[in-house]
Formats: sequence, C-alpha cells, structure tokens
Amino acid sequence: MMEDKNKPAKKIPRRTMLRAAAVSAAAALMGAARVQRAPGAGVLTDTAMGKTPYADPTRITGTLPGKLGTRSPFEQPEKKPSDISSRTPLQELYGIITPSDLHFERSHAGVPLIHPDKYELLIHGMVERPMIFTLRDLKRFPAVSRIAFIECSGNFRSGKETMTPQEICGLTSQSEWTGVMLSTLFREVGVHPKATWFLAEGSDAAVMTRSIPVEKGWKDAMIAYGQNGEAIRPEQGYPARLFLPGWEGNTNVKWIRRIELSDQPFMTREETSKYTETIRDHKIRQFSFDMDARSIITYPSFPQQVEKGWIEIRGIAWSGRGKIDSVDISTDAGKHWAKAVLQEPVMDKAHTCFRYLWYWDGKPTEIMSLAVDDTGYRQPTLKQLVEARGTDMGGYHVNPVTAWVLKADGTVLFKPEKWK
Amino acid sequence: MQIKHAGCYRVAVVMVLGMLACHTNTRPPVPGWPEHFGFGKTATARQIDSLNISIAPDGKGLPAGSGNAVAGKAIYLAKCAACHGETGAEPTPNRLVATLHDTARTKTIGNYWPYATTVFDYIRRAMPFNAPGSLTDEEVYSLTAFLLYRNEIISDTLQLNAVNLPLIEMPARKYYVNDDRHGGNEVK
Repeated sequence: MMEDKNKPAKKIPRRTMLRAAAVSAAAALMGAARVQRAPGAGVLTDTAMGKTPYADPTRITGTLPGKLGTRSPFEQPEKKPSDISSRTPLQELYGIITPSDLHFERSHAGVPLIHPDKYELLIHGMVERPMIFTLRDLKRFPAVSRIAFIECSGNFRSGKETMTPQEICGLTSQSEWTGVMLSTLFREVGVHPKATWFLAEGSDAAVMTRSIPVEKGWKDAMIAYGQNGEAIRPEQGYPARLFLPGWEGNTNVKWIRRIELSDQPFMTREETSKYTETIRDHKIRQFSFDMDARSIITYPSFPQQVEKGWIEIRGIAWSGRGKIDSVDISTDAGKHWAKAVLQEPVMDKAHTCFRYLWYWDGKPTEIMSLAVDDTGYRQPTLKQLVEARGTDMGGYHVNPVTAWVLKADGTVLFKPEKWK
Repeated sequence: MQIKHAGCYRVAVVMVLGMLACHTNTRPPVPGWPEHFGFGKTATARQIDSLNISIAPDGKGLPAGSGNAVAGKAIYLAKCAACHGETGAEPTPNRLVATLHDTARTKTIGNYWPYATTVFDYIRRAMPFNAPGSLTDEEVYSLTAFLLYRNEIISDTLQLNAVNLPLIEMPARKYYVNDDRHGGNEVK
C-alpha cells in the first residue's frame, strides 16, 4: 500500500530517541509519588510503574503548578510508528480533536528542523508578482481557523483478527488548524486566470511535491501555522504547511517552501508512482484527491473486553466531501441497521463522533458501522470496493465497512476479509 | 546551449504573462479588504532560480547536461544498489526494474511510471536517501538513463538530455486515467 524504504541511517536515532523518552518517562513516574489522581481514597494500589504503592493523596501535598501540563502517569496513549509513518491511537481518544502529539505522521525523508526566522514561502510562476513571505508576513494576513481531519489515503490495513483501530486506520487525525487562506495569498501575488495547477513543495529532505488544481487553492486551501492553539508541530509541518480540507493527506504538503502556478500538473513521483491506484482493466487512477466517507467503531474494538448488558457503541465517521449525514449501525452482522446518534458539532470534512446504545445478550455476534455523507455516498463494504475496482485494486482510498466480532467470553476481534 | 534556451523561454513567459495581466483580473476582492496588504517582498529572478527545481512532463525545467546508461551503472552500483539491489530487479520493496510483461507485482519504473521526466526529477530532489541533493545533473541524467535502459525503455548508448528525455514514451502511460469518483450513491 505504501512504499517501504530502507532507512538504516534513520533507525538508530529513532531507537535512541525512544530509549531517551522511556528513561525520562520512568524518571517522571519515580517522582510521581504525589500524583493527584487516585482510584479510591486511602486505598494502596499499584501505580502505573507496577509495584510502587502510594499513599492516601488527601494526606500528601500534590504537585505544585508548573510551566507545562502533563498526562496522568496512568494514561499512556501512544502513536504506533513504523519506518515511514506513525498511527493515531483512535481507540484511546475521546471527542473529535486529536491531541497534537498523537496526530498521525507520515514523512518521506524524516521531519526537518526549520528555524522560524529562516522560513520563507515563495509563490511564483503564472502570477503577476512573484513574492516571498516570511512566517511573520504570513501571520500578518487575516487569519482563519478550521477544524477538519487529515487522512492518509493509504489508510487501510487488514490481515489478522488481533488488530486495533489504530492499526487498521490510524492514519487519520483531526486538529483545529489556523493560518492564512491560500486565496488571500493568491490575491496578493495576482494569480493568472489561465493558471490551472500549482506545485506545492516541501523543504524536507525529499523536497516532496504535489500538483494541486488551482481551484482548490481558491476554494478552501490554507497555509496553516497553528494547530490546536499552538504553533504547528514539527511532525505536522512546522512552521507552515498546506492544508487542503478533505483531500488525501499527501497533498497537504508539510514544511511548505514554494508554490509554483502553472497551466499543467508536474507529474511528480508522489502523484504518479505513488498515491495512484490500480482499478479495473489495468487502469491506473490518478489525482484521486477526495477522501470518501468512512467510519470506524472504536468501542468496543480489539483489544478491549466487554460484558453482557448495556454497551454504548462509539466511534468516529468522516467524509472528505462534506458533512456526515448519518451513521448506520448493525449489531447482527449486517442483517439489520439502525441509526447512531451523532454528537454535535457535525462539521464539514471533519471527524464526527457517533454513539449507539445497545443491549448485548452475550451471544456471539458482529457489529459494524456504515457512514453516509451529505452527497448521498454510502461507505462501501470491501466486497463492493473489489467489485467496483477489481481484485487488483490498489491500496489507496480503501474505506470499507469494518466489522468487529464479539465472542461469548467478551473478547472483541477485528474481522479481516480476504481481498486478493 | 541548454541554459540559454531556458533563459529565453523564461523571458518569453514573463512577457506573455505581463501582456495577459493587463487584460485580466483574478478573483473579486473581499469586501472591506485592500486590494493588496503589502506584506511580503517581491521575489527576484535570482531568488526564484535558486529554489525552482521543477520539471514538467514536457521537459520544461530540465537542466543542461547529459548522461548514458554505461556511466549510470557505475554511479548506481556505488550510490543506489545498497537499497535497490545490484540490478534494480531484486525483489526488494524498493525494486525499480520490471517490464510490463514481467510477472512481478511490484510497481516499477518500467511497469508503472507514466513520465520519464519524473525519474530525473525524483532522483535529483530526493536521492540517494542518505545524501539527498548530492548528485550532479550529469549524474542524474546518467542514473535516469541507466534505469530506463534496465527497464528496456531506451538503449544503453542513448545520451540522455533535456531534449530527448521528455520525448520518451513510458509503457504504463496508456493506463492512466483521471479520478472519476464524485461522491453520491455510487462506489467507484
């Protein structure tokens, strides 16, 4: 689905970093005798460290105010990294905002270190006035904030029962992005009316590029420098990235340094040999920008354990084409469907929470969710996708209805389906 | 020759754009906003040239220089083979060589890439992985020639340059179609 690269040079620093992070986390926990959260007052219990007991928190002065907040040592959600990406733990989150440090990552030559004072964005090509904007310049323009998801188009994994939502489709995350609308910059440079495409180029070591239709630039593209109330994270494109609501993650070029207006696409590597998908009759589909509607039940899901009785089925649904119209839930392997409750706000091109209260009689069954967006698009089954695209279908834009199997003992397992 | 040619082209483009700009408007202004905020600086031709490494499928942007597969093989063995295999056809995730008739399912330059210009552009901007941006244009032409030769698209004697590279017809080009998904009640 996505390319693998041998990156011997990168592996060592990552491991080193992880080791360093583990050491500091352990150190934090050693000093966490004064944690402020207790499962029961006065009850001695193991801490997150395993065997360290702690005393009644009402009898020990807690940690004093500090410069940066912390997670409870009992809460350790983590991304799941591979050599080329790192996945959001969807099953451990609440609501619709992904904590910035848990936002999924995908880069093609690592995360660059860019000094904000050195940062410049060049816009040139078919424009009246080619211009260079510093980060300070970008922040002076009228700003806009928008909550929307970014999802990698290679966001479906399958193959075994013991897979979490994070492993199946953890390459989607949502933030409140703040920045300047690209249309504002287009006006500033005077984009030529005959310009039909623009190249977006990053300043990472892959100098990654994508060609984007100019129309998207006028419509709702943003040069984002803010994420969830603070400067955008390095992994998400610090100090500035292109943000294209609803479009496949790769087009949202991070660390953006150059935009070139043109009257043709550039046919870069990422829009030809990658991020294209084989469909029927040996055809290769290109410029598949929009992310189709999708949903995933995050509770109950693997590796959670449930009990007979009331279960609130929970999850997220999203569409790159608009708002989620409804989410249908089946608790009997697809025989009957009922509508889930959507949690407001239901926003355009945004993760939307759904919930469905269900009484489980304890008998083995399958539960699944099906998203419908406001264009009338219904999230397909894997079978429908294969019927439409053929058995040789590529790994991009695969958004099937995902089923969880509930066993009589309360075990929840992913239901992988054969594809090829 | 190549540099001069590119320079002339750029001047011509600027002139055409200048003329058209007189007749055209972009988008209606936002009510209450000035026509221009005046933030940012005009980019000089030198600044643009220092960053502009784009190459279009019609060859626009290709630099001067040339190279062939024989020279490319030596560079490939020294700088690329560690990840991509001695011949490029080894069954690694980074496989580069397989023709349309090959049974390999891996997507390669020979069976999947639609434009030869992309090979040059990608090598120049991102390879080798441990030293991106370190290759000379001559080396990139040579590596491009070697990989196109290995994929049975050109001969090993062709001296690849800015003129003949964009003319190469790639085997997979004919399979490419534009996205036909439009939302609504259909699965595509």
